[in-house]
Amino acid sequence: MNAATLYGLCSAVLVGLGLYGLIMHPEPLRKILAFNLIGGGVFLLFGVVARRGAAAGFGGDPVPQALVITGLVVAFASTALALALLVRLSSEPGRANLPSEGSGEEPMGGGPL
Amino acid sequence: MPGSATANGFLLVLAVILPFAGVLVSLALGGRNAERVALIVMPAGLAIALAIVVAVWRTGNALQYFVGNWKPPLGVAFRADGLSAVMILTSALLICGIGLFARAQFSTPRGAEARAPLVFWTLLLAVWGALNGVFIGGDLFNLYVALELLTFAAVPLVSLDGRAETLAAALRYLLFALLGSILYLLGAALLYGAYGTLDIVLLSARIHAQPVAWAAISLMTVGLLAKAALYPFHLWLPPAHAGAPAPASALLSGLVVKAPFFLVVRLWFDVMPGMPERATAQILGVLGAAAIIFGSVVALRQARLKLLIAYSTVAQIGYLFLMFPLAVRPEGGYPWSTAAWTGGILQAISHAFAKAAMFMAAGLIAEALGHDRIAGLSGIGRALPITVLAFGLSGLSLMGLPPSGGFVAKAMLLTGAVAEGQWWWALVVLVGGLLAGGYVFLVLARALGDPIEPLRLSAQVSRRRQAVVMAVALCAILLGFAPLRPSDFLQIGRPDTGIVGLR
Repeated sequence: MNAATLYGLCSAVLVGLGLYGLIMHPEPLRKILAFNLIGGGVFLLFGVVARRGAAAGFGGDPVPQALVITGLVVAFASTALALALLVRLSSEPGRANLPSEGSGEEPMGGGPL
Repeated sequence: MPGSATANGFLLVLAVILPFAGVLVSLALGGRNAERVALIVMPAGLAIALAIVVAVWRTGNALQYFVGNWKPPLGVAFRADGLSAVMILTSALLICGIGLFARAQFSTPRGAEARAPLVFWTLLLAVWGALNGVFIGGDLFNLYVALELLTFAAVPLVSLDGRAETLAAALRYLLFALLGSILYLLGAALLYGAYGTLDIVLLSARIHAQPVAWAAISLMTVGLLAKAALYPFHLWLPPAHAGAPAPASALLSGLVVKAPFFLVVRLWFDVMPGMPERATAQILGVLGAAAIIFGSVVALRQARLKLLIAYSTVAQIGYLFLMFPLAVRPEGGYPWSTAAWTGGILQAISHAFAKAAMFMAAGLIAEALGHDRIAGLSGIGRALPITVLAFGLSGLSLMGLPPSGGFVAKAMLLTGAVAEGQWWWALVVLVGGLLAGGYVFLVLARALGDPIEPLRLSAQVSRRRQAVVMAVALCAILLGFAPLRPSDFLQIGRPDTGIVGLR
């Protein structure tokens, strides 16, 4: 097994863990963290693609690296937006605590997401 | 090969740059000028959209532009075929309508700067720029960025009033959208790894039925469905669209959910034209049918007008996805020469106008009455006749009665279903139309009824705003005069524009 395959498997594990967290955890903060885990997996996959040299035919294809940088910025911005919404939500009167499972009050509604 | 840049290609760049330039200028000049900037950008953007449509029409070819004159696979292409041009014009018209309507609600206050108008006007322009980016993007990663910009602009619109319910709805919308976009990005990474390009034209020549291509397309499609709120991913839509202020609801329901649908069309018919099998496309059709039935039935049971309209959006999105089982691999001919393909696109456009008009009408009704309980609507038909008429006209389009864009769209979906021998989709279209008739009638019967006690309006609604709603509803009706056959214009820029007739 070469390094690229190993990292590819790692990225698959990260995406899987993140998906599980995003779907199964009711707390918004955990969902946001899980989203970042998936993001990490996807960016690692871009690294693997670059290493294997998809387009250029040699190792170290620069295009996926450029894509990763843009992707990181987008993921950072979306995390910031989600956290800002969450902070604002938790500061609303009557909602001092983040909704937790079984508390009966769940602003995120029922359902898995 | 991707061909060469066309003479009018710079129009595409302008269509994206102008709204975003407006956003930056608004932020720089501060809240008191945001409305003014938006009102300057709107006619200019509309003129650009018209110029794009005229250029595509005249040349009979897709417009192309290569950023920095670098051709794909190194550079990024902007491309506008007939389909993109139509969507760009639809968004431009609708955003101008919504902007005129929103002037009363988000007017710039005298004296101190207020946050809501600044946020609304800048985000209106940001949504516009992002939509244009989605419609002209020729590169899958560029499309990802445009889609994310659209999400970032759309989510805060939900929670403009800052109430806890709308904040929760916005957060929920954002989480669904983030899941959708990260799945899309994962698919794009797989495609780049396998084929070494993300340019749509180059990719369509290289892609073939392989496990990696299937995995990538499935991930991207599921991600886009989560953003388009197709059943069973619709959970976020009703609270978000019903909780937003009326102009924002119109924008979200009319245009924003159409962008991911547009990308699914791009993926299935442009990126991998020969790949999908009919059996695979049936899955999308089944989800669409479930959305139609579920959304309509739940809409019938709503007590609040805006929630009813939001659930109606869930149902109408279902119709969009009926085009996939009917247009994939038609017997002889191309997908885009089928009646169902044109019907699906027309449904997207006519629903944009009809649903925007409906949400704006509901906003005026709620403003006049001070509430939007359906049980308390009695007599509003006499107080706001133009608004209720506009509501009824857009309802006509949702039901699919002539003359309306919805009628043409649904008639073409029916024709497609019969021509392809898949009669079960025709059944779904008919039942969905019946149920839509039910929920529109439910509202109109109340609105036109006599009140038990004299109606007390809590606010006056100006004739001008009612006229804007009416104009948008009339756009949906005017689309009913589109010919009942595959449109030549929508096929501009596709591999073969031969028309196989009404199939």
